[in-house]
Amino acid sequence: MSLSARVRVQRGMLHVELDLEVADGEVLAVLGPNGAGKSTLLRVLAGLLPPDDGRVTVDGNPWDDVPAGTRLPPHRRALGMVFQDALLFPHLSVTDNVGYGLRTRGVPRAGRRAAAAAWLDRVGLGDLGDRRPAQLSGGQAQRAALARALVGDPALLLLDEPLSALDARTRLTVRAELRRHLAAFRGSTVLVTHDPVDAMALADRVVVVEGGRVVQEGAPAEVARHPRTDYVARLVGLSLLPGTGEGTTVRLDDGGVVAVAEEVRGPVFAAVRPESVALYRSRPDGSPRNVWRLRLTGATPHGATVRCDLGGEVPLVGDVTATAFAELGLVPGDEVWAAVKASEVSVYER
Amino acid sequence: MSRPREGTGVPLPLVVPAALAVAFLVLPVIGLLVRTPWSSLGEQLTAPGVGEALRLSLVSATAATGASLLLGVPLAWVLARSRIRGRSVLRALVTVPLVLPPVVGGVALFLVLGRQGIVGSWLDDAFGITIPFTTTAVVIAETFVAMPFLVISVEGALRAADARFEDVAATLGADRWTTFRTVTLPLVAPGIAAGAVLCWARALGEFGATITFAGNFPGTTQTMPLAVYLALQRDPEAAVVLSLVLLGVSLATLLLLRDRWLRGAAS
Repeated sequence: MSLSARVRVQRGMLHVELDLEVADGEVLAVLGPNGAGKSTLLRVLAGLLPPDDGRVTVDGNPWDDVPAGTRLPPHRRALGMVFQDALLFPHLSVTDNVGYGLRTRGVPRAGRRAAAAAWLDRVGLGDLGDRRPAQLSGGQAQRAALARALVGDPALLLLDEPLSALDARTRLTVRAELRRHLAAFRGSTVLVTHDPVDAMALADRVVVVEGGRVVQEGAPAEVARHPRTDYVARLVGLSLLPGTGEGTTVRLDDGGVVAVAEEVRGPVFAAVRPESVALYRSRPDGSPRNVWRLRLTGATPHGATVRCDLGGEVPLVGDVTATAFAELGLVPGDEVWAAVKASEVSVYER
Repeated sequence: MSRPREGTGVPLPLVVPAALAVAFLVLPVIGLLVRTPWSSLGEQLTAPGVGEALRLSLVSATAATGASLLLGVPLAWVLARSRIRGRSVLRALVTVPLVLPPVVGGVALFLVLGRQGIVGSWLDDAFGITIPFTTTAVVIAETFVAMPFLVISVEGALRAADARFEDVAATLGADRWTTFRTVTLPLVAPGIAAGAVLCWARALGEFGATITFAGNFPGTTQTMPLAVYLALQRDPEAAVVLSLVLLGVSLATLLLLRDRWLRGAAS
């Protein structure tokens, strides 16, 4: 049963209105842009910010119940929280940092040190316990912060952008380790992130939050395949085209027509992957049923490919190889022909 | 805007006043050293009353610093962290002794804690305690004048400290008092130390409030600054020697503590 939360809170211009259920052992990712209310949600769950209305129940115990006037202060909640910056206490050794949550619960020194040492072993920092936090690398500090959050065996684990302060390589290894620790964790986990890769790799379920509300919810792969908002579509690199199905064509809301492979009716999304887009200087002959005259609005190199932003009646993002891009001789502002096979357009209900 | 000149990198309109300021601040101290009667120094230092005044000064300044720490650190926390109403008014009130002429402070203390004062008469009636013209009065006068320095400095340190560490402590089961003891205090320790030194130095040099509220009795209320002032009227040479002692004590304390912080911060 675990975490059940109904949170209503006003933060400046943002009205947060979120309902969440997270089962025991489940990892829920809250994905959304900056300012969507993700961190506000975590602060409410942690008890650091009182909600204006709502209920937060963990394992059947009310932590917040505004109608009933119940409010458990943060230090009485069985939770662990990991922040974006590890925020290890600079004046304590790594061992004392990890043992801090036991110290506040009155565990004697020897017991704390033993428990902290065991956790440091688990996160691969067994020989660094005597160091000061300033002597750890970013990845090591974040591992220690995770050990510190988990040492008290919390019912709820809150992760606030735990990987976004790390460099790309460290992020990869820490993410893999975090995945292992989350799989072993028996309580509920809420992971806040704006990186879809984190959500895909770590979460059992994803809620997408924009403007303080849930705009999409589902399994990570489902959300990645069938985004319902521009924000998620951009994150997973899809061009999202809302329209109306009329047989084997979709008439887009903003004008333009897209041919699709299957028969569709009613309001739908058409989604196009960047690698499905081919670009030509002159109108291509032959098979593709979707050919549009578009304008190149931007081009950014991405390794061996160039990501092209295309504007016009069917706004698209297309990837072409760097060689092809050079041969086309395109500069932003140029008109270009874009072709997409009907079978490469995925369509799903709105 | 013209670029600063090469070399020192400081524009001329700033160099000249800055050099004057340095001269202004340093010359009096040099003058003191030049006029010191080095030949009779030993004799002057062992003169009756000097040791007594010095001891009284050190003891009362230290006691005033202790009292300021005990009361001032919690006050700084309230000013920096609490959400009580009228906090800005409170802060303004706290800083009044900073701008108040110390003599006026002494008079005010006398009116409240003197035998006829609002609190003083009650203390006298109920417990037979008289404060003015005692060593206790010296400590009170010095605390009154010096505590704001500590409060301001600690409040600044608290504001500069990352409050998210306190959030972390709360999520790890620490109530606010535990958080204060185990996280907040250690984080702002350098600020507290700096405030305590400022406070101690101010207390050591206190003159106006002390002479008004505590009087000038050798052995009980005559601190070094009072002794210096008195000596200047009677025997200028003695005043120079006493000043030199006070200067030496101040500088030694400053260097000693600064050394300790630097080492603490580096480790």
